[in-house]
Amino acid sequence: MASDQVTLLDLWASPFGMRVRLALAEKGVKYEYSEQDLVNKSALLLQMNPVHKKIPVLVHNGKPVCESLIIVQYIDEAWKDKAPLLPSDPYQRAQSRFWADFVDKKIYDLGRKIWTEKGEDQEAAKKGFIDSLKLLEGELGDKPYFGGETIGYVDIALVPFYTWFYAYETTGNFNIEAECPKMIAYCKRCLQKETVSKSLEDPKKVYDFVVMLRKKFGLE
Amino acid sequence: MVESKYNMAEEIKVFRSWSSPFALRIIWALKLKGVEFDTVYEDLTNKSPLLLQYNPIHKKVPVLVHNGKVICESLVILEYIDETWKQNPLLPEDPHQKSNARFWAKFGDDKVSSSIWSDVLMKEGKEQEEGISASMENLKYLEEEIRGKKFFGGETIGLADIALGWLAYHLVIFEETLGLKLIDQEKFPSLAAWKQEFANAPIIRENWPDRDKLVTKFVVMREANLGKGTPK
Repeated sequence: MASDQVTLLDLWASPFGMRVRLALAEKGVKYEYSEQDLVNKSALLLQMNPVHKKIPVLVHNGKPVCESLIIVQYIDEAWKDKAPLLPSDPYQRAQSRFWADFVDKKIYDLGRKIWTEKGEDQEAAKKGFIDSLKLLEGELGDKPYFGGETIGYVDIALVPFYTWFYAYETTGNFNIEAECPKMIAYCKRCLQKETVSKSLEDPKKVYDFVVMLRKKFGLE
Repeated sequence: MVESKYNMAEEIKVFRSWSSPFALRIIWALKLKGVEFDTVYEDLTNKSPLLLQYNPIHKKVPVLVHNGKVICESLVILEYIDETWKQNPLLPEDPHQKSNARFWAKFGDDKVSSSIWSDVLMKEGKEQEEGISASMENLKYLEEEIRGKKFFGGETIGLADIALGWLAYHLVIFEETLGLKLIDQEKFPSLAAWKQEFANAPIIRENWPDRDKLVTKFVVMREANLGKGTPK
């Protein structure tokens, strides 16, 4: 609708924020991007997400939606005339939701442990991370995308984490492509799409951001 | 091929344990919609090969099998049920209201339940006190959300009520066992009223697990957790 007011409260490096950017791009929705300072949180952020005080938050005609996967589903339902992100069949939808939930439960937490932990804890996180990527590779199978011929909900949930892989590899001293070549090939295939390449950040910049965070948390 | 006793040759099976509050969600949802189903009780200390085949990733209950289609993860199953059997909807039509319901269900799982279970019910002493403080903060948000409403879903039970349902029975029992009270009438009047409303609602009230069995299991779990903990 021409009168739609859409604002995204976000942080450039957040893979959760990238999910929302990608969903909006797939739907061709015009929006205002508002970079947030998470150290000095804005009154707007606190008003729009009082419970978690986190990004991303989508504000659509004044009403907030919080939690990245909930936002992506909202985007799919509010702009349903174009580029469906979830399949129409309930069982296929359940499969998509299951795998997006799997990404949420595994990839972020294990990835975070890789760049924040040391020694045995870091090794365990690396192993868990690779095991999880292998399970995702199995689910992808021979399809170009998890959504089939086009990008869908699981792709949107997962591919932003690719921008953090370089940071995980460098801090964790391992090579993801050597263990999961199919996953890397898949991520590169996604990046060939304009909606993905313009929604995702440069992995080198993300790495610099992680280095900054590590210094800040006294991990270097 | 499973022989079905139902006219439509529909196979609907729920894998559950007697005590799992997550599996109970599925029982409620199907019964609220008047859907008949078969139940397979699992002993989670000795999981059946079939469960492990159906849920190789998480190896948990609940699992729903519908005409050979397997669905895992309770919130995923609930959405599948709502989309497949459209009577007595668990989610509203409006996208923003729908996202709100999903938000509170997720808040329940990610924040409320996990902190009450791990940081209050499975702890003691100072650690438990800190857990209680943190839980109070979370419960305040629920109190604000339920104020003025009969259920989180409005006039009828919705997704968030089902996700938070354990607070209305299991938590009450655990609180009594430990002699503490998280959701007390004075501090959280609206949430306390919701507990009564939900616990006594048709279908819900007929499916709670056995109280004494639950107490026994809880005490065993708590002692095992405290035994493994760091010395005071």
